[in-house]
Amino acid sequence: MTTAAAPLSVFATPAWYQNRTLRRFMRHRLAVMGTVMIALLIMACVFGPYLLPYDDLKIDIRHRFAAPFTGDHYLGTDALGRDTAARLLNAGRISLLVGFFAMVISTVIGASIGVIAGYYRGWLGAVLMRIVDAFLSFPSVFLVLVLAAFIKPNPIMITVIIAATSWMEIARIVETEIRSLRERDFILAARMIGASSRWIMFRELVPNAIGPIIVAATLTIAHAILLEAYISFLGYGIQPPLPSWGNMLNSAQQYLGKAPWLAIVPGLAITLAVASFNFIGDGLRDALDGRSDLK
Amino acid sequence: MKPRPLIEAVGLAKYFPVRQGLLARNSAVVRAVDGVDLTIARSEVLGLVGESGSGKSTLGRSLMMLDPPTDGQIVFDDTEITPFSDRLLQPYRKRMQMVFQDPFSSLNPRMTVGEILEMPLRFHAAALDKAGRREKAEQALETVGLPGQYLTRYPHEFSGGQRQRIGIARALILEPEFIMADEPVSALDVSVQAQVLNLFARVRQNMNLTMLFVTHDLAVVGHIADRVAVMYLGRIVEIAPTRTLFAQPRHPYTEALMSAIPMPDSGNRRQRIVLKGDIPSPISPPSGCAFRTRCPYAVLECAQARPPLRLVEPGHQSACIRDDLTLVSPLDAVSEASPTWARAI
Repeated sequence: MTTAAAPLSVFATPAWYQNRTLRRFMRHRLAVMGTVMIALLIMACVFGPYLLPYDDLKIDIRHRFAAPFTGDHYLGTDALGRDTAARLLNAGRISLLVGFFAMVISTVIGASIGVIAGYYRGWLGAVLMRIVDAFLSFPSVFLVLVLAAFIKPNPIMITVIIAATSWMEIARIVETEIRSLRERDFILAARMIGASSRWIMFRELVPNAIGPIIVAATLTIAHAILLEAYISFLGYGIQPPLPSWGNMLNSAQQYLGKAPWLAIVPGLAITLAVASFNFIGDGLRDALDGRSDLK
Repeated sequence: MKPRPLIEAVGLAKYFPVRQGLLARNSAVVRAVDGVDLTIARSEVLGLVGESGSGKSTLGRSLMMLDPPTDGQIVFDDTEITPFSDRLLQPYRKRMQMVFQDPFSSLNPRMTVGEILEMPLRFHAAALDKAGRREKAEQALETVGLPGQYLTRYPHEFSGGQRQRIGIARALILEPEFIMADEPVSALDVSVQAQVLNLFARVRQNMNLTMLFVTHDLAVVGHIADRVAVMYLGRIVEIAPTRTLFAQPRHPYTEALMSAIPMPDSGNRRQRIVLKGDIPSPISPPSGCAFRTRCPYAVLECAQARPPLRLVEPGHQSACIRDDLTLVSPLDAVSEASPTWARAI
């Protein structure tokens, strides 16, 4: 902290904060690796299908069960002779999109409930947080399976179902954060000025809780991808012929002995994506450590 | 003629329930403020002193209707505001503002100084457009001695003293009549304290402000206040014009507080009165005079009834029943070597 006016101008304001966060993030090797992996994965899924010579739905019975790196098919073919690489990348589009939008929905729900519960406290906060506890007390996989059994499984419904079972963690994190933030003097100052509750919640509290929210959101993507894989693997999720990493695993299981790569390839993709998002979350947690930059 | 009071508290009380266990009834209350009568005249600066836990900040916040009082009335400019809802209070928010103790926690770290200063204008000066707000914010910064281009910076780029100036600018931007300053200099270095106090003195003159200046530091109060109220365990035990209080304290607690003011040694040995023990628990205050457990002059009668504030001389009230005491004033030791504030009194 400086008192003189002149040297301060060296650090243009928002850049100072962002630089420090970025610097701390870059020091986290695994997080940087995770970011690179996710970037590659996203680019491959977005552009890959256009570059590959095969369509993901094209059946080629004569070349079924081709091993990876043997013929024209980079990653081999499945039981119907469909190109595994093309299916993997198209499945990635679905799986990543489901994960991303499930994260967006659950972050919005979780953060809103957390902010309202943490700000109002009292009976409203207690009721909201008991609802969170009630949701948390169901094992989410079973909840997802039950919901999926009743609702026609298309990607949008799957996203909604996953979001409906993964917002609670964010609600808890945000509630704790808001509870402690609302005791700070700048909230009193805002009340003194006559700011509305909405202003205080969304203009004063949320921007200060953004760090934990981003971290929780990143970890939620990993969780959502994994959950989509679960339910698709169990046959309640994304329905073939539309590929997803989960249902690729599902169709691979009967040929595990004959063509193990059919399981290994999507399995690796899931592991890679989930681990990368978790690493990014860890890195962000360190980089955005709220305590130090609030001071 | 007595000046018309701007703000007046009658029998003000603020109790906090103590929760015991999950489902237990609220069996006890903390009497943070326990029946306070107070008037502050227009353009007067009232200092409110007391040690930590005496309830002075709670009293201040109750007066501002930030923590609505449990009991009693607050009258602001002849209107009783105690029963008002937030909506009804809105026009009064413009007229009474607050400066906080901790300049590190009182400014939103995610907002620029400009956003912080423009916020009051958004709520209370709807007629101003963006440029008008900016101009006003710039003026407010200059009023507190900071250059206008600081508007685009974030609070973490400033020192404690500069942040406190920003906090003062925020309180002044609506041109309020009344300012409650809650320990505004106690988080600052001594050298910076003086600058900020001088700033308060200056804006008070220029803007004809009425102030309640809450502090635990009698020296600070001597510098700025016209009148001083001394608070102990949720009650006011002595209230007098600053000069009178320093020259002729009538309550033993005031005497003890004053003996703790550091003074340059002028040869006369001052006796330091060290109070025994801690401030008693406001959950179960002592019977009678709350101070009697630590008072060096306590007698049996002190335990019998809660002594009311009595007029001991014009303008000077004390809640001590022992009129026979001659208490030591810090000014007894004042000499040419004393700090300017002490000589000024």
